[in-house]
Amino acid sequence: MSNLMSGAKMLLECLSREGVDCIFGYPGGVTLPLYDALYDGQIRHVLVRHEENAAFAAEGYARATGKVGVCCATSGPGATNLTTGLVDALMDSIPIVAITGQVATKLIGSDAFQEADTFGITRPATKHNYLVKSLEDLPRVIHEAFYIAASGRPGPVLVDIAKDVFQGQGHYQPVSSIHLPGYKVFTEGHTGQIRRAVQLIQEAQRPLVYAGGGIVAAGAASELREFVELTDSPAVLTLMGLGALPASHPNYISMPGMHGSYASNMALTGCDLLIALGVRFDDRVTGRLNAFAPHAKVIHVDIDPAEVGKNRAPEVPVVGDVKRVLAKLNKLLSAGEPLPESVSASRRDWWRQVREWKREHPLEAPEPSDTEIKPQTLMAEINRRAAGRATVCTDVGQHQMWAAQLIGFEEPRLWISSGGLGSMGFGLPSAIGAQMACPDRLVFAIVGDGGFQMSIPELATIAANKLPIKIVIMNNGHLGMVRQWQTMFFNNRLSGVQLEGFPDIAKLAEAYGFSGCTIERPSELGPALDRAVSEPGPFLLNVKVAQFECVYPMVPAGNAINEMVLGPPQPVAVAAK
Amino acid sequence: MLQVISLVLENKPGALMRVTGVLSQRGYNIESLTVARTLDPEVSRMTIVVDVDATLRQQVVKQMNKLINVLQASDLTESPAVVRELVLVRVRTAQESRTAVLKEAEIFGGRVVDSSTEGFAIEVTGAPEKLNEFIDVMGSYGEIDVTRSGALAIALDARKLKLQPPVPTKAGVKMEETAI
Repeated sequence: MSNLMSGAKMLLECLSREGVDCIFGYPGGVTLPLYDALYDGQIRHVLVRHEENAAFAAEGYARATGKVGVCCATSGPGATNLTTGLVDALMDSIPIVAITGQVATKLIGSDAFQEADTFGITRPATKHNYLVKSLEDLPRVIHEAFYIAASGRPGPVLVDIAKDVFQGQGHYQPVSSIHLPGYKVFTEGHTGQIRRAVQLIQEAQRPLVYAGGGIVAAGAASELREFVELTDSPAVLTLMGLGALPASHPNYISMPGMHGSYASNMALTGCDLLIALGVRFDDRVTGRLNAFAPHAKVIHVDIDPAEVGKNRAPEVPVVGDVKRVLAKLNKLLSAGEPLPESVSASRRDWWRQVREWKREHPLEAPEPSDTEIKPQTLMAEINRRAAGRATVCTDVGQHQMWAAQLIGFEEPRLWISSGGLGSMGFGLPSAIGAQMACPDRLVFAIVGDGGFQMSIPELATIAANKLPIKIVIMNNGHLGMVRQWQTMFFNNRLSGVQLEGFPDIAKLAEAYGFSGCTIERPSELGPALDRAVSEPGPFLLNVKVAQFECVYPMVPAGNAINEMVLGPPQPVAVAAK
Repeated sequence: MLQVISLVLENKPGALMRVTGVLSQRGYNIESLTVARTLDPEVSRMTIVVDVDATLRQQVVKQMNKLINVLQASDLTESPAVVRELVLVRVRTAQESRTAVLKEAEIFGGRVVDSSTEGFAIEVTGAPEKLNEFIDVMGSYGEIDVTRSGALAIALDARKLKLQPPVPTKAGVKMEETAI
C-alpha cells in the first residue's frame, strides 16, 4: 500500500499538515532516522550550534509570527540542553513544539548511552509533554501537541519519541480529530461579568488600561486599540505587550514596573479602575503587591483561570479569550449612553494629571555626550532607524530595559524578548528564528557583551544561512544589570561582573565571513548604524558605551512602584558658612 | 487545617507526577495520597491530603485543574464530604491481654484478619482521627506495626464532570481537501 511509511516520515507528514515549514535542531544518534527523512526535504531544517538555541530560535519564530515554532534534539544531552528554552517559552506563554529522540523502548530505563529521563525532566518545563513508545500513537500525539501548544494560554509541548518508533513501519492514517476530555479552553467570558465590567468602566473617574502579552497572543491589538479609544483611557503596556498598542498612539503612556516610566507607575498608583487585559500582575510590574494600584477596583481579563485572583483579587474576574471579551466590551460600550458630565470632568482632570506626570519625568535618552556613547543614545539611534517597524530581539539586562524604554513599536510581534524567565543568550538565536520567519524584515539583535558571549556559536548559523541580522552589542564591559545592583545595593563592591577578554569584533565577524566593526566615539554611531542597516548581509556592530550608566527609573525590590529612584544621586549643595 | 483534594484524572503514565508536581514545586509535603481506577478503567480517582497555606489552596486546585490529564480537581476541605481511611495493625500481645484487645477492636468496629499465638492483625476503617485513637489504644497492649491506606474522600453533593468534546485537527482538514 502506498501509505506504508516509517515513523520518521509519518512525523514529518504530521508536521507538514500542521503547516510547519521550518524546524530548528541538532541531530544525534537516536534522531538519525528522523534526519534521514528530513534529507528528502519537504521541511527546511536549520542547524543551530547548541540545542538551547534551537528552542530559543523556535521561540523567535513563534513570537514573530504567532505560529507554532518547532525545535528538535537528540536524547540525553540534546534534550537536557533544550530545557532552558522550554521554561522560557512556558514563562512567556509562547507556543513551541519540541521533538526529542529517546533511546529504543527496550533500552529505556537501562542507563543506555545518551539516555535521560526527558519526560520526567521536562514535565515542569512544559505545558504538557509526551513519551511515545508506540508508532500507532505518534500521529495523534503530534496533533495533540500542536493543539495544546497553540490553544488556550499558549506554551511549550515536548514529544519524546523512542528510536524504534522513528524506525518502525506503519500505514499512515491522517488523524482527523483528537480528544482531550480534561483540557478546558475558556474563550467566551461570562456575560454577567462583562456587563459588570462595562458598568465599572462607565463609572470610573480615573481608568487605566494595563495590557500585556495576552493581547499579542490573542491577536487582539485592533480590539485593544478600539477599546482604548472608546473609553479614552490611558494605557500602559508590559514588557511582553510592547507593540500591542502603537507606541505613537496618544493614549499610550509606556511600560510600567521596575524600570517603567514615572508616568506609568504614578498612573497605576493613582487610578481608580484598573483594566487588566492579558497580564499576570508580575512582581516586576507590581512592586510591593499590597501597595499596587491601592485605590483601584480591578477588572481582570485572562484566558487562564489560575491567573485571575493569583496575585490580586479582582472586583470583576473575566476568564476568556481577551480578543473576544474586548469585542463584546467594545460592542456594549459603543451602544452605551454618553458619560455624565461629572464623570467626563473627572476624566479630563485625570488626563491632565497623566500628561503632567509625563511632562515632569519623560522617558527619553539624556543629552548625547561628546566624549562617550551613552547606552540610551544608542537605543534612541536604533529607534530612529527601526521606525517602529523593525523586529528587535534582545537579551536580558540593562540593554533590554533601555531598548524597552526607548524603542517604540507600531505593531505587535516586533519586540522579541525573554520576559518571565529572563534568559541571557536569548537575543541572537531568537533573531535567527524571527529572520527565518520574516526573511524581508529588518531584524536587530540587540545584546549585551555578556549575553552575546553566551550565544556566540550561533554566528555560524547566521553565516551559514546568510541571515541579514543586524547584531548590535551594547558593550559596557560588565554584566551591567548585576553591576548596577552591586553599585546601588552592595556598596559598589563589583564582584564577578567584569567581562575581560572580549574578542576583537572586526576579526570575529571576518572569521565568520561577514562584516563588523567596533566603535566608541559618539560621532561614529550614526554612520555605523547606517552601514549596518544598509549592509545586505549580517552585520556585527560592537558599540563601546559608557560603562557605569544605570537604568532609571528604578523601583528597588520591595518598594511600591511609586517609590522610584529617578536618576543617579545628585551632589548635595552645601550652604556657605 | 489539612486540605483534602479530590481529583478525577486520566489513567495515564505521568498523570500522578503532574499532580504531585503542583505540590512539590511549592514545597508542600503530602500527608497522604490514594489513587485507583474508577468504573471507567481509563479514569482514576485520587484523594490527596496536604498541608497548604490557606491563601494558596485555591491556586493549587486551579493549577491542578489546568493539567491536561486532570478531568476535575475539587477542594473537599470545607464542603460536604465523607473521608475514610483503612488501617491494618499487627499487635504482639501477651496471652492475658488477648480478650481485652479483642474487646477494644470491637469498640472500634475492627475485624481480626489474622490471629496467632503472638497476637493479632486487625483491620479498622473510619475517619482518620478515629484511627489515630485506635492505634494509640493498640500501642498500649504491646508492640505494634501499622499500615494506613491514606484518606479516601467522596463529595456528598453532586459534581457533574464536564468533559470536553473532540476537536478537529489540521490533518483532517487537509485530508478533506486532498480527497477531492
